[in-house]
Amino acid sequence: MRILVCVKRVPAPGAKINVTTDGQAVETAHLGFTTSPHEECAVEEAVQITERMGGEVTVLTVGPAEAEEQLRYAASVGCHNLVLVPTDGLALDPQRTAAIITETVGGLEADGGGFDLILFGNESADSGGFQVGVRVAHALGRPIVNGIKGIDVEDDHIVARRAVDAGFEVYELPRPAVLGVKEGINLPRYPTMKGRLASKKAEMVSQPIDAENGGQVMVRLHRPAETVKETVMLGDSEEAAPAIVDLLEEIGVLQ
Amino acid sequence: MTLLVILEHDRGDLAEASREAMTAGRSLAEQMGDDLHAVLIGEGADHLTDEAAELGAQTVHVVTHDILTDYGPDAWAESVRQLADEIDAAAVLAVGTDRGNEVMAQLAARTDLPFVANCVSVDASDDEGWSMTRLQWGGSLLEDSTIEAERKLVSIGHHAVVASDALAPGAGTVEEFEPELDGSHAVTIIKDRAVLSQGVTLSTAPVVVSGGRGVGSADGFGILEELADLLSGRVGCSRAVTNNGWRPHADQVGQTGTRIAPEIYIATGISGAIQHWVGAMASKRILAINTDPEANMVAKADYAVIGDLHKIVPAVTAEIKRRKGST
Ligand SMILES: Cc1cc2nc3c(=O)[nH]c(=O)nc-3n(C[C@H](O)[C@H](O)[C@H](O)COP(=O)(O)OP(=O)(O)OC[C@H]3O[C@@H](n4cnc5c(N)ncnc54)[C@H](O)[C@@H]3O)c2cc1C
Ligand SMILES: Nc1ncnc2c1ncn2[C@@H]1O[C@H](COP(=O)(O)O)[C@@H](O)[C@H]1O
Repeated sequence: MRILVCVKRVPAPGAKINVTTDGQAVETAHLGFTTSPHEECAVEEAVQITERMGGEVTVLTVGPAEAEEQLRYAASVGCHNLVLVPTDGLALDPQRTAAIITETVGGLEADGGGFDLILFGNESADSGGFQVGVRVAHALGRPIVNGIKGIDVEDDHIVARRAVDAGFEVYELPRPAVLGVKEGINLPRYPTMKGRLASKKAEMVSQPIDAENGGQVMVRLHRPAETVKETVMLGDSEEAAPAIVDLLEEIGVLQ
Repeated sequence: MTLLVILEHDRGDLAEASREAMTAGRSLAEQMGDDLHAVLIGEGADHLTDEAAELGAQTVHVVTHDILTDYGPDAWAESVRQLADEIDAAAVLAVGTDRGNEVMAQLAARTDLPFVANCVSVDASDDEGWSMTRLQWGGSLLEDSTIEAERKLVSIGHHAVVASDALAPGAGTVEEFEPELDGSHAVTIIKDRAVLSQGVTLSTAPVVVSGGRGVGSADGFGILEELADLLSGRVGCSRAVTNNGWRPHADQVGQTGTRIAPEIYIATGISGAIQHWVGAMASKRILAINTDPEANMVAKADYAVIGDLHKIVPAVTAEIKRRKGST
């Protein structure tokens, strides 16, 4: 199996997200960075599949040079090939991102052979456009289903389960296929010491590719209005229990 | 010109979320000065036309084709694409559910047009370019955007508008439409279903008792389960907990977990990171139990107790049992 996973480097904010004064980006001066959670699970899924069936996992990101950190992390949990398409810090719209990824996939497949499976996150954690994977799959002429929380790879097809409120919808896609994965499909492993060492040595290909902008233009980011409310303190120990139960009775959740 | 709204249904039951799409669609159509059309796709959809009219549809397109049995993103999007061309739709709108956003993305990919997902407000008064505010970070942040496109493709964030029927129903003229589809569009149609749970789910539970890293272990959740059971509620958790393997992901509240809206959310040992908060903020009331008076969860809660959850939660359970025993 040759599997490609597309990941995005995103800031990891804490209690609130601050925006730069020009409103163009998240203020990241005091923040760490991470991979979008759905994509972290996509990476884990790809590694598990190749552990079971053999094969290779390639991880691709379109982002700033610093996104190497997210690629190395993927290598530390078992991915084999790392590809970075540098963007010089530009924020790309979804159409442009998808076009860049499509072209990159074309190049990678011409050099190394086709991917049996390409995994995306269901949506990116920051901009959440819900579309880059679908656009890439369509451009490649491959089927895609989003919201996937279960994958079984069979000889000539892939069974994908999508979580709905009370259960699953089951899809059956011919190979090669593309899937948008959701967190919860697995529990991503933590890197081992051996994995960390291997990730330092992993080769990273940096491949500049660009594409046209689409039609969506971001004007500015801002925080939603917050209603500030006074927190009522009910106590500072288990002695608050009667006050809590009074509250539960008052709002009618205690029958 | 027309505004076309995609209605979702599950084998003939109109999705509640689609009522939101129509509510948003009515005000958009008014701004645009265009007619509001709705599209229903697949088996079981034909008897939903009256409901679509109640929601304001002037025309309801019923799309049928041999391969349109159950839901499939390709078949649905390709149908909508052909219909939108046929009626020369100025814009296509859906609600930002899993299916809504998926069909819109497919439609956008097929037409190479921009698609703006999860809008909370849209200014459509200028038909050259629209401006909108949309959700980023699962709602923790807002983005003002503009698009210029010959056909605008937009989804409205789920729960961003309160659904209502039209003051005056639309004419609801029914028109049949049979798209040209072939086997390639059937590849992604649902093959099978599995039902896992029945009854209250985390998203509908009236009480949610959640634990975070402060619970300390999988076993630590025993006291939260006992309290949740007494309140006919459900146990929730933070991502720190699922990442540690203490609870299944189905219990996770937040941006990449479940959005909850209980009468009361009891959040214990949870610091209240923004990605957790967006999943909990629709709760009617929040009670935070935390050792740290500075925790964001405490600051944002309606009620708080500062202290050790391992002592406070069992004390609450004991107090409930005592009162129940004495009545
Ligand atoms: C893109 C993205 C998406 C994310 N999505 C989600 C999501 O969907 N849901 C989610 O929850 N998180 C999500 N996160 C993670 C989030 O940022 C936080 O890391 C996480 O919510 C922290 O969990 P926590 O509050 O349990 O842990 P901590 O932040 O470690 O907080 C533990 C709290 O427990 C308190 N405590 C410790 N001991 C006790 C005790 N004995 N009694 C009482 N209190 C005690 C501490 O004072 C502290 O406040 C996401 C992150 C990213 C980057
Ligand atoms: N800059 C990027 N580099 C690599 N993959 C990306 C990038 N942006 C988005 N993706 C992938 O596309 C998915 C959907 O993104 P979006 O359409 O932004 O919600 C993400 O979960 C990623 O897997």
